[in-house]
Amino acid sequence: MNYSWDFLVYFKQSVTGEGVYWRLLATGLGWTVLLSLSAWVLALALALGIGTARTLPSPWLRWPAAVYVHCFRNVPLLVQVFLWFYVVPELLPESMGRAIKQAPATTSQFFTMLLALTLFTAAKAAELVRAGIESVPRGQKQAAMAMGFGFVDAYRLVIVPQALRIIVAPLTSDFMNVFKNSAVALTIGLMELTGRTRQFSEFSAQPFEAFLAATLIYMGVTWCVVLLMRHVEVRLRVPGMAGA
Amino acid sequence: MDTFNWGALNRAWPYLLDGMATTAMLTIVGMVLGILFGTGLAIARLFGPPWLARMARFYTDVFRSIPLILTIFWVYFLVPYALRAITGNPNLDVGPVYAALTAFVLAEAAYFGEIIRGGLSSVPKGQMQAAIALGMGRFTALRLIVLPQAFRNMTPSLINQSIGLLMDTSLVYVISLNDFLGAATKVAQRDGTVVEVYLFVAFVYLAICSIGTALVAVTRRRIEQR
Repeated sequence: MNYSWDFLVYFKQSVTGEGVYWRLLATGLGWTVLLSLSAWVLALALALGIGTARTLPSPWLRWPAAVYVHCFRNVPLLVQVFLWFYVVPELLPESMGRAIKQAPATTSQFFTMLLALTLFTAAKAAELVRAGIESVPRGQKQAAMAMGFGFVDAYRLVIVPQALRIIVAPLTSDFMNVFKNSAVALTIGLMELTGRTRQFSEFSAQPFEAFLAATLIYMGVTWCVVLLMRHVEVRLRVPGMAGA
Repeated sequence: MDTFNWGALNRAWPYLLDGMATTAMLTIVGMVLGILFGTGLAIARLFGPPWLARMARFYTDVFRSIPLILTIFWVYFLVPYALRAITGNPNLDVGPVYAALTAFVLAEAAYFGEIIRGGLSSVPKGQMQAAIALGMGRFTALRLIVLPQAFRNMTPSLINQSIGLLMDTSLVYVISLNDFLGAATKVAQRDGTVVEVYLFVAFVYLAICSIGTALVAVTRRRIEQR
């Protein structure tokens, strides 16, 4: 095989003058982390509301939440990104649409992707929240009501906190999905880790080194999150609930 | 944006259908080969010798921790190099269709493998022991006793994963393959009907996946009733 390995390529200057190759990857990783962390936090907050709404007795809250979850779960993320990026600015009033188009490219790419990723992730996380609430034994709610808690307080102080502790493990794998899904941002031009890796491989003509580095970075971050969450999971485990 | 131009979609029908055929082909081949390969991975992890189990686990961990787009790039840019080295033919090329297929099979095998592993370990151990006590070999017992029960239990999860696969096939956009989304994008750019085309695409995916979700609900209910 006539491929010439060059592991010093990471320290060479990029042909486009954007700096050393490893810095290219580092800025990419920065975008990936910023994007996935902020999307995850926002999605979690949204999912808490929507997932809870799906368990409430009022159909006026339950139905819109169910429709939201169904629609955002069953359209590919890439299509959702295109809808927010290409379609929505056209449908808004002209002045707003123009303001969006005139914003700096990176800003609009980042916030579009953040919006799309948040709404997509929230739909999946809401199902986890709902499953968590439904797995809290009925007696907990009955006991809370018997002790004089109102409906809202029973949810806020008794049921939801336990539900959240139960779903820590599935939420972790959900975060890994957000982290991986953030790579879709490259389709609208945001240079996150995968996008930077492709640039690196094209500019340097050393594709093996470029993709190898990216794979190791993704695996490394995944590994760190798994270790961290294993720790959190043990601390938050609900006593007496098997497998929780 | 004052008026929609749905008529343009009408004329693009054959092209869009062609794209849909590619999407369906990617999904079905990815599903079938992914489940086959995934079953192998699951069996290797549960019943294989330690070195094989470790290799299967490493494979699963790698493919589950990198984005699908990165897997697609790996295959698209690097497999041609490897193939040229193996065959000695410097002009060999893989082309986007085979690259995408390979990437999906490789990645989905890891995801399906985890589902199948869960399904296999949910079958009580006594089933395997009883089969062996009746004189079956391990492989025969696996094939005739354990796997059928496991697959019945995990049908909903497998369908769910296949819906995910169908949605993920849209990512072949990054290597400019003409799947449904890719074809639609070209129509949108040619006719200047981005709004109509993307809304239509979203609706079609939603409709197909809704059928899939309904199927999941039906199979799940049937299993619970048993």
